[in-house]
Amino acid sequence: MPHPDRRAVLAGLGATLAAPRLAHATTIRDGAGREVPVPGKVERIFPAGPPAAILIYTLAPDLLIGWPRANRPEEREFLLPGIGDRPEVGRITGRGNSANLEAVLQAKPDLIIDSGSTGRTYVELAERVQQQTGIPYALLDGRFDQTPASYRILGQLTGRSERAETLARWCEDSFATIRGRIAAIPPEKRPSVYYARGPRGLETGLGGSINVETLSFLGARNAAAEQQGSGLAQVSLEQVLAWNPDVIVTIDLAFSESVRSDPNWAGVKAVREGRVHLSPKLPFGWVDFPPSVNRAIGLWWLAKLLYPAQFPEDIRKLARDFHTLFYQVTPSEAQLDRVLAGRG
Amino acid sequence: MTSSLRGNLIALLLLALAVLAAFALGRFPVAPGDLARLVWSFFSGEPSGLPPQIETVVWNIRGPRIVAAILCGAALAIAGCAFQGLFRNPLVSPDILGASSGAALGAVIGIYLSLGLFGTQLAAFIGGLVAVGAVYAVGSTIRRGDPVLVLVLTGVVVGSLLGAGIGLVKYWADPYNQLPAMTFWLLGSLAGTAKPDLIPLLGPVLIGAVVLLALRWRMSVMSLPEEEARALGLATGPLRIAIVAAATLVTAASVAAAGIIGWVGLVVPHLARFLVGPDFGRLMPTAALLGGGYLLAIDTLARTAAPVETPLGILTAVIGTPFFIWLLASARGGWS
Repeated sequence: MPHPDRRAVLAGLGATLAAPRLAHATTIRDGAGREVPVPGKVERIFPAGPPAAILIYTLAPDLLIGWPRANRPEEREFLLPGIGDRPEVGRITGRGNSANLEAVLQAKPDLIIDSGSTGRTYVELAERVQQQTGIPYALLDGRFDQTPASYRILGQLTGRSERAETLARWCEDSFATIRGRIAAIPPEKRPSVYYARGPRGLETGLGGSINVETLSFLGARNAAAEQQGSGLAQVSLEQVLAWNPDVIVTIDLAFSESVRSDPNWAGVKAVREGRVHLSPKLPFGWVDFPPSVNRAIGLWWLAKLLYPAQFPEDIRKLARDFHTLFYQVTPSEAQLDRVLAGRG
Repeated sequence: MTSSLRGNLIALLLLALAVLAAFALGRFPVAPGDLARLVWSFFSGEPSGLPPQIETVVWNIRGPRIVAAILCGAALAIAGCAFQGLFRNPLVSPDILGASSGAALGAVIGIYLSLGLFGTQLAAFIGGLVAVGAVYAVGSTIRRGDPVLVLVLTGVVVGSLLGAGIGLVKYWADPYNQLPAMTFWLLGSLAGTAKPDLIPLLGPVLIGAVVLLALRWRMSVMSLPEEEARALGLATGPLRIAIVAAATLVTAASVAAAGIIGWVGLVVPHLARFLVGPDFGRLMPTAALLGGGYLLAIDTLARTAAPVETPLGILTAVIGTPFFIWLLASARGGWS
């Protein structure tokens, strides 16, 4: 454990004393409806978790202090040099926080951003950290359809409203286009989808889970939705056979490779018809994990898989544009091949 | 009819009922008539004429899972029996010497390092053996006091250290992918059991069970005070090592296959004692049969109650706790 730095402690004290002054500054309403003071200048942002880090990176990569978990080399090559390899800073997650508050202070952030649940626990955590550190802490609503709103709040907090507006618009336009085309598809033409995780493909996301937000956005019938819940669960292969989904979407390479030759899965309609799809995950997962704006390109990818007739767009071009706009790195053809193959 | 024979018949009957129910019930509907045709075709060799999906469900999904549940239940029950005898304490369960905690640490490390299915199971199995080996090694270096008591205390201490290790690896884990996998593993499940999983389970369980069943008559002597056992000419040291090794082998194998399933090793020996009395020679076979049937019944419940699986460790605790309290309250000298 690092020795408590006197400067950090002093900085903390100073910040605490400065807190009342901040209260008079301009404020903005964050994703949880809290009034958060807008800092005079923002040069360094501390991400509370992976979804926030990705959101900040896409808007203002230069401001991101570091990553909750260091990026692997194969992920870094899709990110701006000098930023994708910034250090690991841990995450702020309440009781089990791996980012010690003194270490947060030592990183001298002007702003702390979290994106995710706006439930009471997270609101109280934000309040407490903001009071303890004197650093404005904005909590953004991590639900997928709230992404444009999150960009706009982040844009105002950082003074980068123009780029925030561009990114928010891109998302909104995507959402509107996709929603519009799907609205015309009658329910019986919408495929049932089983979302498979884990090496056996027997972990799945329940009805209300954040892991399947992209699926529900696309109006697909989640096979596991008869059981409502907010998280993941295990099911048996027998149950998958009984659901007999039209499409399987997975994030697990080992599962996607084994399922095609596994005689026990051969009875599932999606396997029989070759509709098992491995989700791209570079530099971040397209469908799920971490649940952030990286899912915006995943939405197009999934839409094309589920409704090929309605979505004639070229996924390569979409992915290249998305990477260029959001990650500010244009992938080469070979890199795109790797992304779309779902490896990494 | 002797009480032992009657007890074993009851245990066998319960096991048979559990097998029947397990084959008949499930989320994929299989009509009783189809099931009968499948069984007929199995014994006669004639094609059943049923859709291949039904054959898959019954033979490849339910079948291996039923075998695994019986093996794990029997393993945990006889290991519990052996440890309860060895430590002369009815409240001892198979993880007393850290077999489950060691296996759990091995498994979470396996998931953390993305070792894959087989690698994770192997890591769990090795973790269980190493943990108990370490407990035994540390316990044997301490020369003061009752060796059995020292062993138990060492087991408790090492077990809690292993628990801390599990916590640390979970804390490092990626919260979106690895952490849920670890949580599922630690709650215990047979959800993904397939035929290939039976081989690494069957071998160790059979070896351990044969050793324990062969030693069962001597275990009755072990449960006497140390001096009396020695006076009867029994080399308690080597016998103790053999019992610990065999019980650890079966526990580690079952935890590696099914995750952490508590209570079976604690409750089932008591049930068996209820049926055939406290003598280990009679107790062990009955406990094995009952344990297999018990875990199979619970696993059938776990996979039929809801579309999503209920973790086995949760069910065994929810069912085991009140049952055990009832046993404690109603037992009339069932132990000695």
